[in-house]
Amino acid sequence: MKVVRKALEEGDTFNRDLWKKVAAMGWTSAVIPEEYDGLGLGYLELSVIAEELGRTVAPLPFSSSVYLATEAVLAYGSPSQKEEWLPKLASGDAIGTFALSEKQGQTSPANLSTIGGDKLSGIKIPVADGDIANFCIVVAKSDKGDGASLYIVDLDQDSIQKDKVNTLDPSRSHVKLTFNKANASLLGNDGEGWAATQNIFNRAAVLFAWEQTGGSEAALEMAKEYALGRFAFGRSIASYQAIKHKLANMYVKNTLARSNCYYGAWALSTNAAELPLAAATARVAGIQAYYFASKENIQTHGGMGFTWEFDCQFHYRRSKLLSVNIGSEAQWQDKLISAVEAT
Amino acid sequence: MDFNDTKEEAEFRTEAAAWLKTNVPSTDEMSNFDIMQQAKYWQKKKADAGWACIRWPKEYGGRGASAIEQVIWNQEEAKIVPPSTAVFSIGQGMAAPTMMTWATEDQKLRYLPKLANGEEIWCQLFSEPAGGSDLAALRTKAEKDGDEWVVNGQKIWTSGAQYSDFGILVLRTDPSLPKHQGLSYFFLDMKSPGIEIKPIKQMSGTSGFNEVYFTDVRISDAQRLGEVGQGWQVALTTLMNERASIGGGGGKAGFKTAMKLAQEVNIDDKPAIEDKVVRAKLANWFVQEAGLKYTGYRSLTALSKGEIPGPENSIGKLVGAPKSQDLASFAIDLKEQAGIIWEQGEDEMDSLFQDTYMSIPGLRIAGGTDEIMANIIAERVLGLPQEPRMDKGIPFSEVPTSSK
Repeated sequence: MKVVRKALEEGDTFNRDLWKKVAAMGWTSAVIPEEYDGLGLGYLELSVIAEELGRTVAPLPFSSSVYLATEAVLAYGSPSQKEEWLPKLASGDAIGTFALSEKQGQTSPANLSTIGGDKLSGIKIPVADGDIANFCIVVAKSDKGDGASLYIVDLDQDSIQKDKVNTLDPSRSHVKLTFNKANASLLGNDGEGWAATQNIFNRAAVLFAWEQTGGSEAALEMAKEYALGRFAFGRSIASYQAIKHKLANMYVKNTLARSNCYYGAWALSTNAAELPLAAATARVAGIQAYYFASKENIQTHGGMGFTWEFDCQFHYRRSKLLSVNIGSEAQWQDKLISAVEAT
Repeated sequence: MDFNDTKEEAEFRTEAAAWLKTNVPSTDEMSNFDIMQQAKYWQKKKADAGWACIRWPKEYGGRGASAIEQVIWNQEEAKIVPPSTAVFSIGQGMAAPTMMTWATEDQKLRYLPKLANGEEIWCQLFSEPAGGSDLAALRTKAEKDGDEWVVNGQKIWTSGAQYSDFGILVLRTDPSLPKHQGLSYFFLDMKSPGIEIKPIKQMSGTSGFNEVYFTDVRISDAQRLGEVGQGWQVALTTLMNERASIGGGGGKAGFKTAMKLAQEVNIDDKPAIEDKVVRAKLANWFVQEAGLKYTGYRSLTALSKGEIPGPENSIGKLVGAPKSQDLASFAIDLKEQAGIIWEQGEDEMDSLFQDTYMSIPGLRIAGGTDEIMANIIAERVLGLPQEPRMDKGIPFSEVPTSSK
């Protein structure tokens, strides 16, 4: 939490030492195959890592680089693209991110204004960790037709302008990326980028849900510790049913989220056909649990919870970042029912 | 979490499924039986082949099976849609574990096999007009007279009292002691002189519960379970099993049936399922049902590995019952003005949600209200302190009550 606070107060949004430590422990290389210098572990291991990152509200570009960029290259990269990026992603020397959003509201293949090709132009905002990332997976309209495609764009180019944007969760930096005929290379098949994005998001959703579950449990733990120690009207506020029931409800939502995450992790690690359903289920449960736990943690703390000094705000901020980053609750509720309809 | 059977588990599953397939009675075979006869027939058939109460030791009518085998059996039995044996659930699910822990060996050999094979039905007489959530506030008194106890008072919310052969009950044997210390636990013959049973008509119009009045009913001291004054401790054995046996579901009123309805009725001349609000609500119920299901699987995985499941299963009723209520209410709304019609039709969907809407308030209360369940999670799982109490350390007779 000290690192999170430093990020908030000093604008030190990227702690390279922490990132190096995380990489040295093999977290960034967990699911990368050994031929690309990874550890070749599975998604169950990555789930455990995600849960811990969520619990600590880690100010790291982990979700952007590992759940999104690494997954995109692993799933759709050509041999040379894999050769170029995966070893560096594994060692933590390269950070990747993923750019979809262009304006307020839901992005769709029809309303994309960024145009891809060998030269890519357009504006993406907000892009998480875009200031520190070495490359970005960009969802853009294909220059060859109506469909969307994915492109890998090296962010170390003069044709790309990076403007910092302020967000609800400054412990993770965000930027507006303006591409002006930036060099880009097609990732996966031309015109199939939207389906690829959905697949990447489905996989990432399980890991986001684990972060949300970890965060929810940390928020419950904070609320519990504070309530036990805080006395009002001559007794611990944890003995009042109004507080007990609030915390019991947190526990219930957290348990549902955790159980659904287990199923999501199983579907992810076995490439099960029900991944879209399992991912949406875990994602919706994770969003709901973390929002509830983070807001009611503040409420349990009373006035102190609303102060800058207390850490309650970190979970409240992070819960919103995690809930909109790969599509909001409503989108995933919709996807869940679509997945049921497809079975 | 592991979703696959081990080799031994798979073999057991095959054996169970094979027996069930050969022995499940056909609808024709059952057509002349009433529900009680169907239940007794199926239970006896299972018991004769060693498939009743399979976790119990063989000498008490069981099979000596493991916890995970019990789960596999339940899954396989559910697949064949057998006759309902719900009438035995209180006896087998609550009375039997209590007897198993507290009765003498002779009593176990006398009563457990007949509980297993469905020959005898048991009920539970705990709640009283003055003590529901605060169960230990019960007042039906038992006074010692030689080798017997003489019982006077009233129990309430007793399911199946009218057809039960035996009952388990907690009685106040010493009102001068603090409330938890003055209780003792017994079982008795429900045909004993002095017992009067009156059905309670519920708001749903049906009568699943009874009031049971005791006037000078005599119970042998040999039918006491645990020591005099140890009744609360014995009752906890029963209650722990009650929470396990009362599930949280609204029966068939769940995500699947609500989804089916949403595909059949229209909003703005399109199937309701295309409406985003409908989809969001359905998704939330799916998430809850899936969460409970996989929470169950987590316990199973623990069981399968020989571990003791954690407290996570305590959320079942607290999530399930309010979910069913909201879902039924929403499904009725989807039918718009026609939703108010409550008539049994050819299709069970005709009255399913109305039935659930009217019965589910009871499930939010039975076996521990939502509020009590939340307290249990807060106190036993999260370790939060109890509310200060006005009834500690004073004689039960001096505890403030609604009437004083």
